[in-house]
Amino acid sequence: MNSKKTLIVSHAPFWHDGSGIPERSYHTIIAALPAALVGIAYYGVPALGVICLAVSSAILWELLFNYAGKRPITVGDGNAAMTGFLLAMLLPASAPWWLVLLGTFLAIVIGMQIFGGIGANPFCPVALAVAILMVSYTTHLDFDAGLVNFSLDFPSPTDPMAALKAFGPAAIENFRPMDLLMGLHVGGLGSGCGLAIIIGGVYLILRGFIRWEISISFIAGIFVTAMLFNMADPARYASPIFHLLAGYTLIGAFFLATESSSSPVNVIPMIVYGVMGGIMTVLIRNIGVWVDGVIFAILLINLINPLVDKIRPKAIGKVA
Amino acid sequence: MRKRSFFGLSKPSFHYELATDIAATPVAIPTPETVQIYIKQELTRSSKILKTGMSVKTGQRLQLNEGDSIGTISSVTGTIVSIEPFLADYGQTWTAITIETESSDIMDTEFADFIETPSLETLNRFFPTCPGEPDFQPLMDERNPVKTIVIYGGNADILIDTGLLVLKTKADAVNEGIEVLRKITGIEEVVIVVPEESVQNYSGHLDARIQSVSSQYPYAQPLMVLYNLTGRLPDENGAASLGTYFIRAEAVASIGEAFVTGRLPVNKTITVIDKQGNKHLACARIGTPVGKMLDTFGVEVNDQDKIIFGGPMTGNAIYSEDLPIGPDTDAIMVQDKAIIPLYSDYPCINCGDCVHICPANVPVNLIVRFLAAGQYTEGADMYDLYSCIECGLCSYVCSSRIPIYQYIKLAKYELGRITSAEEMNEQ
Repeated sequence: MNSKKTLIVSHAPFWHDGSGIPERSYHTIIAALPAALVGIAYYGVPALGVICLAVSSAILWELLFNYAGKRPITVGDGNAAMTGFLLAMLLPASAPWWLVLLGTFLAIVIGMQIFGGIGANPFCPVALAVAILMVSYTTHLDFDAGLVNFSLDFPSPTDPMAALKAFGPAAIENFRPMDLLMGLHVGGLGSGCGLAIIIGGVYLILRGFIRWEISISFIAGIFVTAMLFNMADPARYASPIFHLLAGYTLIGAFFLATESSSSPVNVIPMIVYGVMGGIMTVLIRNIGVWVDGVIFAILLINLINPLVDKIRPKAIGKVA
Repeated sequence: MRKRSFFGLSKPSFHYELATDIAATPVAIPTPETVQIYIKQELTRSSKILKTGMSVKTGQRLQLNEGDSIGTISSVTGTIVSIEPFLADYGQTWTAITIETESSDIMDTEFADFIETPSLETLNRFFPTCPGEPDFQPLMDERNPVKTIVIYGGNADILIDTGLLVLKTKADAVNEGIEVLRKITGIEEVVIVVPEESVQNYSGHLDARIQSVSSQYPYAQPLMVLYNLTGRLPDENGAASLGTYFIRAEAVASIGEAFVTGRLPVNKTITVIDKQGNKHLACARIGTPVGKMLDTFGVEVNDQDKIIFGGPMTGNAIYSEDLPIGPDTDAIMVQDKAIIPLYSDYPCINCGDCVHICPANVPVNLIVRFLAAGQYTEGADMYDLYSCIECGLCSYVCSSRIPIYQYIKLAKYELGRITSAEEMNEQ
């Protein structure tokens, strides 16, 4: 009765659309690459060093934790490499080696692995790591202090966000939006060039790797809130265009807020989540003590994610 | 196999095959040397009635013991060579009967005596294993009277031609069958569900209300049709309380044919889908081994290929070429080992693709976490397990390649078992 041929059996469906976690990770890296290349072009070899160290150490931390936790080796899915890459893009090119190692440790181990690995992290691991670094090592995350020894060919040698916080909108009058868009200002090594980040973000949206509702509503939230502040008192609050193009706004909108396991999946929650993030960002920037509010705003919306994601359409056939 | 498009923003969309897509007429597969048929009953002790070496006729009803309500119909004339236990899906234990066929068919005449007096008992005695595999229990359930008979005329899955082919070629038999069902049950409300593109082919020709459904997958899946007709979906107590009885057009055609000719139908219409995705139509005795069918069309099966009963979305993979085609096998699909997608044990990363594509608004990303942990009741109570219409699209798009559909089917099966055990205790 038994045939000699061994057939493979499994449960339906027998087709798959071919998507996978490695693809998502590697395409996110590809999307982030243009912005990182611009950073390397402006800041030189130190920027390349930070990126390489971050990617490799992130992979190593995950591998170490896989062994320590006696769990399957998961570094092949590219998630650790992607996390390291995005973290490097937020750091200044002047970041010392130990800061990078610590950052990737925080992102991979504290941000993700201790919660159970990929898919189980309640916060965007990169945002969490950068937040801890920002609070703990203020001077190293201060772009003005860190990049003081770099000879940069920018219109202004100061960090626009810091200048705004310290001296008000008058201090940022010489930052033209076009320069901000092209990355000609002091900032994170991969988060400066708005144009490159937008290109990467649009790529991710078109390929369906991130959910566009989150990015668009995050940007809209920032724009509208900043505009309201600006209309109320232009002498104290910067224009919405400035808020969109400076600091971590765009990289936050396209790469951090969209981190899949810490963001909602239903349409209304995604919009609430994004808009809340935008509002919080501008509130922290305009009336808080921190220079850039994007990171903390994203951690805050990560917190409300499980709650807002309960707003979902009624499933069919439910009587109650 | 259809892959994700480059622009992943768009949802994948599948369409059922239409009646106009059917090109050829079915190829008649010659009667094989042996057939195997099942009695859906456990072989607890050796049968008092069936013995190896016993000769059977085509259309003869076989049952294990005196007074059994469960039986099967022999699809060939020949000699029983073995009676053995068979382990079916979900660990159900059936009895497999292997019959060595003889060259000439001798028709059994038992059924002919019942033609003049059709009744539910007759249907339940002779038809549960006829092509289309109807289940008559809902009609016999007096506590939950059936108000509407829904005849399902569409294809069971994408790529399959069988359902519409039967409706197209056996419209007369379907009409006869409807008449028999009406006479027996007294139910006037009969609805035939067909894809909207085919409505004009049938309206007026069939003696029932025609209800059209979209030809886009999964809008003709049985549960989706049920939802569109009644606005409800069955929970762990089953579909009984909905007052709607579901039967395939092929089963209705079998009933009609039998009551006109006096012979029980024993041939099943099957779509064979080869590795390249080409389709062949066949007509074979129930119980014909799959390998025999594939040989006829020159489909070569190698080690580690996959053979599927049914379509790519909702079928069942089988483990041997020797397994027979059953009364509900609408299609046989062969997949080359190079293109078999594998499942993984990765956790859900909450990418939202499943929620995006789910036609029933089930929060798949949440329910899968509970079902993977075996918390079926939570899944049903809080996360809409019974809204799932079992289309498999969530597993098709899953980035983590989680067997979501399997979890859902298993959860429903387990909860159904708990419910029926509780009912048994109450009685």
